[in-house]
Amino acid sequence: MSLPLFSTTEDPGPDFAGLIRRLRVPTPPLTGSAPSGPGEGFRHGTTVVALRYADGVVMAGDRRATEGHAIAHRAMEKVFPADRYSAVAIAGAAGPAVEMVRLFQTQLEHYEKVEGVVLSLEGKANQLGQMVREHLPMAMQGLAVVPLFAGFDLARRTGRIFTYDVTGGHYEETEYNATGSGGRDARTTVKLGYRDNLERDAAVELAIQSLYEAADEDSATGGPDLIRGIYPLVATVTADGFTAVDEAEVAERFASLIERRRTEGRQP
Amino acid sequence: MTMPYYVAPEQVMKDRAEYAQKGIARGRSLVATTYDQGIVIVADNPSRSLHKISEIYDRIAFAGVGKYNEFDQLRVSGIRHADTKGYAYSREDVEARSLANLYAQYLGQVFTHEMKPLEVEILVAELGNGMRPPQLYHIAYEGTITDEDRFAVLGGETEAIVTALDGAWSATWTLEGALRAAVGALAGAERTLAADDLEVAVLAEGNGRRAFRRLVDEELVALLG
Repeated sequence: MSLPLFSTTEDPGPDFAGLIRRLRVPTPPLTGSAPSGPGEGFRHGTTVVALRYADGVVMAGDRRATEGHAIAHRAMEKVFPADRYSAVAIAGAAGPAVEMVRLFQTQLEHYEKVEGVVLSLEGKANQLGQMVREHLPMAMQGLAVVPLFAGFDLARRTGRIFTYDVTGGHYEETEYNATGSGGRDARTTVKLGYRDNLERDAAVELAIQSLYEAADEDSATGGPDLIRGIYPLVATVTADGFTAVDEAEVAERFASLIERRRTEGRQP
Repeated sequence: MTMPYYVAPEQVMKDRAEYAQKGIARGRSLVATTYDQGIVIVADNPSRSLHKISEIYDRIAFAGVGKYNEFDQLRVSGIRHADTKGYAYSREDVEARSLANLYAQYLGQVFTHEMKPLEVEILVAELGNGMRPPQLYHIAYEGTITDEDRFAVLGGETEAIVTALDGAWSATWTLEGALRAAVGALAGAERTLAADDLEVAVLAEGNGRRAFRRLVDEELVALLG
């Protein structure tokens, strides 16, 4: 390895993806073609959800990864800090999705260090959109990656949520959204409980409830695994930055949710 | 056809060294020192936007004196090297030693082969961990690299600063003690430096994964006392 220096016309600036292209570092298969169609051998399935509340946003995701009809992994992480003030959650083909997150995280930090300032939240959302767009050829062959991006906008002092489609198009959500195979059920649950300016506890509770319902209806979404002690990941992003909700708190909320349903005489 | 005059290689090197030294001496100095929780870097720099000190990676910082555009180019290439390496291998595989060597090679190459040497002196600082002590790599304009485990002084006229710090340095310094001694040494006998004249950053435990943090405004004023 030698010091990566470029002439002024070749200089990639603060763009990390452009840098590794120029240095010919092997990149994840964000572009190019998949060896074969989806199904056996590729990890899929998910529910990830994000909703706004008074102090920012809550983001949550289940832990199951599937290969066809088999469970491939029970403790997969799908909610990541993108940087100090934003979070990204992934749904779709696990391999490219996790690589996309890693590249996105590096990209944001790289920009911040080279330029000496942090990208705006809108700028971060655009960057992620470009990565999803580059991935389109693989998405067409069944390896779609659909992220959900949320963060705290330091300029506007509010939480914001962006959803994506496979073409890289991104849309800002004013209240909440969920993606993945169980996204529909999660969305409906959040919709029924959502109010403007929810308190933090109510927002976390609603996110947990929505994952619970999604796992109940969708085989590719994992519910709380009480036997192994594996619970969905929940995080908040506020003016204080990204904070993962303590696993003990998540476990406690699931336990009381189940308990409440029992005492109310409903099916858990 | 005119023949170029013969100039002895010794003379060429001497002229280049003099040229680089002069360039560096025009700027102001910079001090980095270890303290009980990490490393503090102090630059005599009144600018709030043109930084001499910056973050390279999780536990690595960069500092430069001399010509701004030249050391800034080195800074950016250091970030590129570290981020690329961390991305291709893993975050823990990024270390200051290899980066310092690359800088030394590049500076040496430019000094001997290019028309004009770089008028910079740079520092690569790495926070220690359980296995390694903190390390300060000081790289001069011609590629000479020295590693310090106590303190490093960059700039043109550093003798007085080195003497002052040598007498004061202590392994058990707190941030406050280290910072005040560094500022005192930078200022010398005739000047005083206030928070507005300084650029200060630390590499310290307790900042999360990214150990680099700038000390600004009230926090810096309070520490300077």
